[in-house]
Amino acid sequence: MTGTALAPKADRAPAKTRAPRGRSRLADPAVGVWLAAAAVTGIGWIVVAARGGDFLTLTNVVGILQNSVALGLVAVGQTAVILTGSLDLSVAYLISLGTLVAATTMEDGSVVTGVLAVLALSAAVGLANGLIVTGLKVNAFIATLGTAFILRGWIEENYTGPAGKVPASFQHLGYDRMGPIPVSLFLLLAVAAALWVVTRRTRFGHHLYATGGDEHAARLSGVRTRRTVIAAHVLCSLCVGAAALFLASRLGAGAPWAGTEARYDLESIAAVVLGGTVLAGGRGGVAGTLGGVLVLAVLDSVFNQLGVDPFFKNVVRGVVIIAAVALYARRGARRPA
Amino acid sequence: MSTGTGTSPGTDTDKATDAAESRAATATTAAYKTIARGLGTGAPVYALLIVLLVALAATDPGFYEPDRFLAFVKRAAPLVILAAGQYLVIVCGEFDLSVGAIVTAGVVATAEVYGTYPDAPWLLMTAGLLLAGAVAGLVNGLITTRLRVPSFITTLGMMLILEGAVFYWTGGSPQGQLPQDFRQVGRGTAMGWLPWAVLACLAAGVLVVLLMRSDFGRTLIATGDSQRAAHLAGVRVHRARVLAFVFSGVAAALAAVLVGGFSGVSAQAGRGYEFEAITAVVLGGVALGGGRGSVVAAMAGAFSLQALFTWLNLQGVSGALESTVQGVIVIAAVGIGAADFSRLRRRRARPPGAPPGSTPGIASGTPPATPSGTSPATPSGGTPS
Amino acid sequence: MSPSRSRSLSRISRTPPRTRRAAPAAVLATTLLAALAACSSDAPADGPAASGQSAEQKNDGGDKPSKFFDRTEYDRQLKLGEQTPQGPAAKPWEQMLQPAMADTAQYRKKGSADDVHLCFSNAGVFNPWRQVGLKTMKAEVELHDEIDDFTVLDAQGKDDKQISDIQELAGNKECDALIVSPNTTATLTPAVKEACGKLPVIVFDRGVQTDCAVTFINPIGGYGYGAVAADFLVDEVKPKGKILALRISPGVDVLETRWSAAKLAFDKSELDVVDVKFTDGDPAKTKSIVSDSISRHGSVDGVWMDSGATAVAAVEAFEDSGADVPPITGEDQQDFLQAWKDKKLTAIAPTYPTFQWRTPVIAALRVLKGEQVPKEWKLPQPTVTEANLDDYLQDGMPPLHYAMCGCQKMPGFPGDWGGKK
Repeated sequence: MTGTALAPKADRAPAKTRAPRGRSRLADPAVGVWLAAAAVTGIGWIVVAARGGDFLTLTNVVGILQNSVALGLVAVGQTAVILTGSLDLSVAYLISLGTLVAATTMEDGSVVTGVLAVLALSAAVGLANGLIVTGLKVNAFIATLGTAFILRGWIEENYTGPAGKVPASFQHLGYDRMGPIPVSLFLLLAVAAALWVVTRRTRFGHHLYATGGDEHAARLSGVRTRRTVIAAHVLCSLCVGAAALFLASRLGAGAPWAGTEARYDLESIAAVVLGGTVLAGGRGGVAGTLGGVLVLAVLDSVFNQLGVDPFFKNVVRGVVIIAAVALYARRGARRPA
Repeated sequence: MSTGTGTSPGTDTDKATDAAESRAATATTAAYKTIARGLGTGAPVYALLIVLLVALAATDPGFYEPDRFLAFVKRAAPLVILAAGQYLVIVCGEFDLSVGAIVTAGVVATAEVYGTYPDAPWLLMTAGLLLAGAVAGLVNGLITTRLRVPSFITTLGMMLILEGAVFYWTGGSPQGQLPQDFRQVGRGTAMGWLPWAVLACLAAGVLVVLLMRSDFGRTLIATGDSQRAAHLAGVRVHRARVLAFVFSGVAAALAAVLVGGFSGVSAQAGRGYEFEAITAVVLGGVALGGGRGSVVAAMAGAFSLQALFTWLNLQGVSGALESTVQGVIVIAAVGIGAADFSRLRRRRARPPGAPPGSTPGIASGTPPATPSGTSPATPSGGTPS
Repeated sequence: MSPSRSRSLSRISRTPPRTRRAAPAAVLATTLLAALAACSSDAPADGPAASGQSAEQKNDGGDKPSKFFDRTEYDRQLKLGEQTPQGPAAKPWEQMLQPAMADTAQYRKKGSADDVHLCFSNAGVFNPWRQVGLKTMKAEVELHDEIDDFTVLDAQGKDDKQISDIQELAGNKECDALIVSPNTTATLTPAVKEACGKLPVIVFDRGVQTDCAVTFINPIGGYGYGAVAADFLVDEVKPKGKILALRISPGVDVLETRWSAAKLAFDKSELDVVDVKFTDGDPAKTKSIVSDSISRHGSVDGVWMDSGATAVAAVEAFEDSGADVPPITGEDQQDFLQAWKDKKLTAIAPTYPTFQWRTPVIAALRVLKGEQVPKEWKLPQPTVTEANLDDYLQDGMPPLHYAMCGCQKMPGFPGDWGGKK
């Protein structure tokens, strides 16, 4: 699988993580979650096979990957914010607004204007989030919740339902495949790789981890924590913008509930922590998040194949998320503090 | 920024403000400090509440007729109770996102049980519901403390589990009715004029205020302020946290009794309540992350939120704008609370003879590592250093 | 498109993009280029932008009362409401209004006819209407021995997932026919078009912007619903009476049509619509809105609702504030019908019948046998009135059950629908 290549490296870089010990490769959540994804796939394959089905068909695998794209994009962005110890609850409404802006702009103008409009909107929302969190010192939870409410009002005031139309040329992003692999997966991988480089290989990335690990110490050692948090929010919103563009191309139109019905706000946070990123910030990374997204998508597909009651799915998801984080906490605690 | 190091949100702010507060204390009397601290966290919400109540009176002169005002309180009661429960969790440094799901699951499950046993005594059902809420809270607390899962995740998972489980059980929608005697608490009145819900709200409010004045309350705040310090001081921090979650669960179950009583069976009885409750608590000046804030202010926050909704509705504001206004007010209120009051304190801290930074911070776990010039709440500069 | 919307949009697009963030944009652009050069596409050949002939699209043009209002469709629905449907009167789910039959010989299933595998992409079961509907559909499947297997994929209200679901089912060689209940009209069009090329597709409830489906099953529609309710109030409430309109939420196509038809009727009448409020389907919020409205206007003389979910809460709000319940419109949900009877309300309940969930299964079997079906299968849309209330109200059913399910005589009733004998 494409992402596994990233996973082993996840151990390095962050200022806060202690030097890996003997058994640490397995203990690293980013590795663990990819193993878990493999395990879930294996179990799913066995269970589905036992009922006479075939889980690992091409259609199915492609479906799983395709279904990971939107959540993956959001979760990757969310990772950046959570690493700094912040949080973004406005992503769901930003996606909805993003699809609407993309579709309506592209209807009247060109694809490029549409893309730029969405990215500009995303950057502006991210900047606003970052400024409210750092400038007004409003807790990120409340700040982004407030932004979410404002965006919601904006959407409901200006759009009375699905709007706009995406040109056929733009729909290639949502529907095309290169060989068996959906093109949109490359978008996810490109964004994830870019973010991976930013978080692991740049000064800014180092600052992200430092800010999330201990903001006070980071500031004392010369990190401009305020800028770092703002930049993380902008990065996150840009990823969300990319998700909105992907959804717009897939849906062919903008939909006011594109982001909210799927609960991308809480789902993305769940995927991030499932991937081993610590909610308080400072530890974790993009590779783990992708693994978390994959686990959720594989679970979903298994449930689909087995025809599990959709309400029961939520129970399992809740248990999986809590259990995973409990497991990470256990492992983390066993290391010398 | 004099030192050029930037500023920070979150706990460091609190510590620094605490430090600033303690410096202020050296320059003023202890009594003054008490008032300042009480107002410091709560003042914006009381101001907001007064403004909203005045606005309500201006919009609708009949608003303060006793029965209409009581109806308003009755409507606010579930949120106030939820805010009180949420306060206990927040003040010890945690979150409870599962309260909305507890309300929904409580209403739907009660209806489901009534569907099977239509003649179940209401008192038993209510008690059972409260007990179930306590159990949900207990599970939240144990997972958070024993398994060291952040409460945000614990209660998010609990939310998914509860909603999934109750609708899996009922096949998607509630199958029974809530009988009138069960609904009395949420819908009926005592002596023909005083809604039971108002009494329940008052009782819950008094109980939680007493609770916060007890040793347990101090334990809770100490835990939220600095877990390690509290632990070293002999506080059983885990037990305090677990109890806070249990109380929050019970509060949510009580809210379920009121909501189910007020409006009957609904598959979305508790939708959005978790965010509203947290918003209310934060509006009351309670710091997320714990250690500061008063429960009365948190409940005032809930009243403010309800007053805001009522006022917007009376104003005929369109549903769309409603959420925008809500968002702006929440951010503004919290932002003003964070910014203005630290500035006020700074001014108070500046009287001659009391050079800032001369006393070490006592309230915070760490000594103030920087002079007050780097106090995070000074975006515009102009600090004495 | 409304002028205000285009204005706000141009404001956004004029905001200069932040130059520092050029990298992701470049990545995106590269990906787009890759997309254009890609070797395979699941998108329908002509692309959605090229499709412009379908009926729904005309809705976008007229923006007089609302962008959802379509005069032709409005007139058509009101006319349909007056017609007598063809087909067995005891089985409204098999009836059709003004059918234009289409030939389906090309879809006739080869080989044995008794191992049919039906596949269904469901938008979700996120409300009681859909829950009752899905139970009814499953019961209908049980009635037909020739159906060997019935696969349901639930999109949980996510357009994106439903697109994948449809792709998955259309790519599944075992599905003989695909039933789709779209979550959103516009967004599922490409996926449905793609599926049409692979197997017979039957769309019901909401439509899609393509006529490639073998048949599109739906009742008369939202205009009919809204007009019936509004006309009732026009008849029952004295002139100058104050009407409170309670809507669930803005932007839902089926609900918007109900309101635009009602608005037309109220505008023509002498009634005064004093408040139009959104309840989000929340009974607590509904009670607050109603009691606020009563106190603000002194009284409310009639209540129009775009759906019945919160009708009982509205009734209770009047009781709690000590006022008489004025003429009120609801829907065919059990709790409202019960309150109507117990409290002797002046009421009416137009319906969006859940029995339409039976029809797709019947249609699919007909199609697979090569029998003719209407291109658009218009089902009747009965209204519950004072006169036939007792026919629909049935003791022991759960409060959120929809009486117009056509399921009363199905095996497993009432237990499988949550009811008691």
